[in-house]
Amino acid sequence: MRIGVFVCHCGSNIAGTVDCEKVAAAAKDFPDVVYSDDTMYACSEPGQQGIIEAVKEHKLTGVVVASCSPRMHEPTFRRAVERAGLNKYMFEMANIREHVSWVGKDKELNTNKAIDLVMIAAEKLRRDKPLISKKFDINKRVLIIGGGVAGIQAALDCADGGLEVVLVEKTTSIGGKMAKLDKTFPTVDCSSCVLGPKMVDVAQNPNITLHTYSEIEEVGGYVGNFEIKVKKKATFVDWEKCTGCGLCMEKCPSKKSFDYFNEGIGTTTAINIPFPQAIPKKAKIDADFCRKFTKGKCGVCAKICPTKAIDFEMKDEIITENVGAIITATGYDLFDFKKYAEYGAGKYPDVITSMQYERLMSASGPTTGHIKRPSDGKEPKNIVFIQCVGSRDKSVNRPYCSGFCCMYTAKQAILTKDHIPDSQSYVFYMDIRSPGKSYDEFVRRGIEEYGTEYIRGRVAMVYPVGDKLIVRGADTLAGSQVEVEADLVVLAVGAESAVGAPQLAETLRISYDTYGFYMESHPKLKPVETNTAGVYLAGACQGPKDIPASVGQGSAAAAKVLALFSKDQLESDPQTALVNAARCIGCYKCVETCPFGAIKEIEDRFGNAKAEVIETICQGCGLCSVTCPQSAIQLQHFTDNQILSEVKALCPSMMEKS
Amino acid sequence: MTTQMTIPYYPGCSGKGTSKEYDLSTLGICEALGVDLVEIPDWNCCGSTPAHTVNHVLSCALSARNLALVSKMGFNEVTTPCPSCLTNLKVAEHKMHKESFRAETNALLDIPYEDDVEAKSVLQILYENVGTEAVAARVKKPLEGLRVACYYGCIMNRPPEVMDFDDPEHPMAMDHLMEALGAEVIPYPLKVECCGASYGITRRDIVSKLSGKLLEVAESLGVDAVVTACPLCQMNLDMRQSQINTDNGTNYNIPVFYFTQLMAKAFDLSYRIQGLNKLIVSPKTALARIGKVVEKPVEKVTEEAAEK
Repeated sequence: MRIGVFVCHCGSNIAGTVDCEKVAAAAKDFPDVVYSDDTMYACSEPGQQGIIEAVKEHKLTGVVVASCSPRMHEPTFRRAVERAGLNKYMFEMANIREHVSWVGKDKELNTNKAIDLVMIAAEKLRRDKPLISKKFDINKRVLIIGGGVAGIQAALDCADGGLEVVLVEKTTSIGGKMAKLDKTFPTVDCSSCVLGPKMVDVAQNPNITLHTYSEIEEVGGYVGNFEIKVKKKATFVDWEKCTGCGLCMEKCPSKKSFDYFNEGIGTTTAINIPFPQAIPKKAKIDADFCRKFTKGKCGVCAKICPTKAIDFEMKDEIITENVGAIITATGYDLFDFKKYAEYGAGKYPDVITSMQYERLMSASGPTTGHIKRPSDGKEPKNIVFIQCVGSRDKSVNRPYCSGFCCMYTAKQAILTKDHIPDSQSYVFYMDIRSPGKSYDEFVRRGIEEYGTEYIRGRVAMVYPVGDKLIVRGADTLAGSQVEVEADLVVLAVGAESAVGAPQLAETLRISYDTYGFYMESHPKLKPVETNTAGVYLAGACQGPKDIPASVGQGSAAAAKVLALFSKDQLESDPQTALVNAARCIGCYKCVETCPFGAIKEIEDRFGNAKAEVIETICQGCGLCSVTCPQSAIQLQHFTDNQILSEVKALCPSMMEKS
Repeated sequence: MTTQMTIPYYPGCSGKGTSKEYDLSTLGICEALGVDLVEIPDWNCCGSTPAHTVNHVLSCALSARNLALVSKMGFNEVTTPCPSCLTNLKVAEHKMHKESFRAETNALLDIPYEDDVEAKSVLQILYENVGTEAVAARVKKPLEGLRVACYYGCIMNRPPEVMDFDDPEHPMAMDHLMEALGAEVIPYPLKVECCGASYGITRRDIVSKLSGKLLEVAESLGVDAVVTACPLCQMNLDMRQSQINTDNGTNYNIPVFYFTQLMAKAFDLSYRIQGLNKLIVSPKTALARIGKVVEKPVEKVTEEAAEK
């Protein structure tokens, strides 16, 4: 083997605290190293050209570059090595920047450590084998999970790009949280008026298959070839027959059913269409409230339905969809305001959430847009908004800022004045966070033109006196206590990850953070990708987002899928596990261990039980390698021999002892 | 009929002085309910408010000594009527879990505190160990017709991670005990608000404002009496009620009981145990309301008792 070593200065990033020439000189003495040099910027065009020329001139069969982290430039150098005519896996990288020059100040020690790291890389390279990627076909259909505004945008963009889209939504209608909003900031345009046409587009687009009231049950396969099991939950109404006429809602005797769409403000019927603009506009029976299910007799809807669509016997159904990519747009849920007992949340009827307030203001809401407080239906005059309820509060395990509450509270205060001109709104806030386009101007308008009273401080408690609620808090700017007599208290509840988000993440095999929000592949440079190939993120499932950001990410995810599908075949990563059939005893411990289902049970031609890795599914995590009692299954490019050679290079004496 | 249990008792300094009636009624009702309170021999002051504002180690050492004495008695539980003493005992126990802090504190003590001793309020013992059913069964003269507001004070349940009893914002233990006595409990929204505590000495205006608010809301709810579980709250609301009236230009006349006094009353224990003569605001009018309402629910209570 003929190895070439290239030691990068990275300007002064490495050379400042590492003697690169000395490292290059030391490398000359390592086994199989026939060429060694230092270079100013190995990643630059002349740097890469230098590597290519050296490969050709010195007939190198492997290359070590000592520079930055492989996360930064491994793909760059692999391409360079490939251009030089070598297999791209005949390359090793020694990280002497993040692991050496940036963390140590002593030049001599740093130089010694850099030499050690180069030695390790060279020793591994001596045992590397050329690896060849396989190609496989892509199924150019995309699954989008979640029919909120982010998912809708992604679906429309993918469909416009000619892809077949499968859109799965948990509730009976698409629209998500945005469909519940009255108006949107900072333009105060009607939420359902801008969203409605997009929802209709989804329904009418021939490329989009819509499964509402459905959930993802199982995800198998891999990028390009996923197999999805979707559970279509029983609605007890045959949607093929249902015309959405709404006759059943008029006649249903169970009128006290919980109204999920209206956030429990007001009630609905047990059989219902959640809101007039629902897509699809189909009825569903809520079995928790339907008399046929709770008491065993009724069936009024079945008698009245002109198309005989009611089916009390309906069961959940599992269907299979095959797709090549997945966009997760599962959104968020709202913080449970009852955790703030000091605000009387859940105890006093006139302490409500911001979303409930949206429904009170909405013309399609239970009060047809007239703001009436829940306790006695009176029009409130003094309204107190409390910000950061479930945001920036460690004591409730929500230390993060939900981002959009400052803006929607400003909007709600402005709209309140529009609805009730002789009203006064008060906002208790910690900081006003309004960094979007035209956002701060909007908040200022609320304060200056609409007379919203902003009080900087937290509220200590809310308690009733007569039919008023006393809101006691601190005014930290005045350095005093304040008490406001309110008719209605609106808690600006923060965002938290959607119910079931972690479970779905496990199904999709993507990572999520402590709070259940999905992890992007890179916080700055890969905000749409996940660490699982072929799975992308859109909207608030990745972290709290307002509408423009969610729509933007929806489009971005669609663009990623379109780019992925622009090829007909994908290359698999060959750094996968490989079974040495001669050593495999067919215990299948690896099958149990593999988190990706990438190992299958086979029989060899003598009928012996053996394991076999499906290369296109294997993610190269190495769990099977350490599980195998026979060391029969090895992760290519990270075999036991390769790794132990690195250890031996670093501490030969210890290896000899053991 | 009742639970027989023995538990070390830490009366606290106020129990031997300003809140003598709390101490006496506590001992009286516990005896009536079969709870044997054994006073810790040679107990010392918990340090009250001053100690922990000056030195945490010293403050904890004071309480740790009491906890060590409990250990020496062969118990791992202690009860005290006073929430302030309770806080000091619990905080000491909480902090002593940290090895370095324990060593520093024990260095000040003759008997090092090494075991875990759990402090509980008398309210908690009565509510959890005895239970409302046993209390109801012991009632001889139900407080039928008496409308009360239960006021827990700010530290009985908070901070929740240390106090670990009842809901920190809306506690209900005392409410349920009063209901068991037959009293009508009016939901009192300020049940965990601060009364002004020891500011009564240095900044009377603060107590007049905060306790004034407590009385204002109690009066607006139309209650006959406020029921407390804290010597300092009781003192601020009762003894200082005329001061509050002077400062705020009000005219409140609301008696402020210890919950144990009302229990003694309902159990029909001796006047000495009830200690009602120790109250500053006369409870006469309030107590006169007892029994003025239909007797029906009373029978229900006795029926329940008979069943047992």
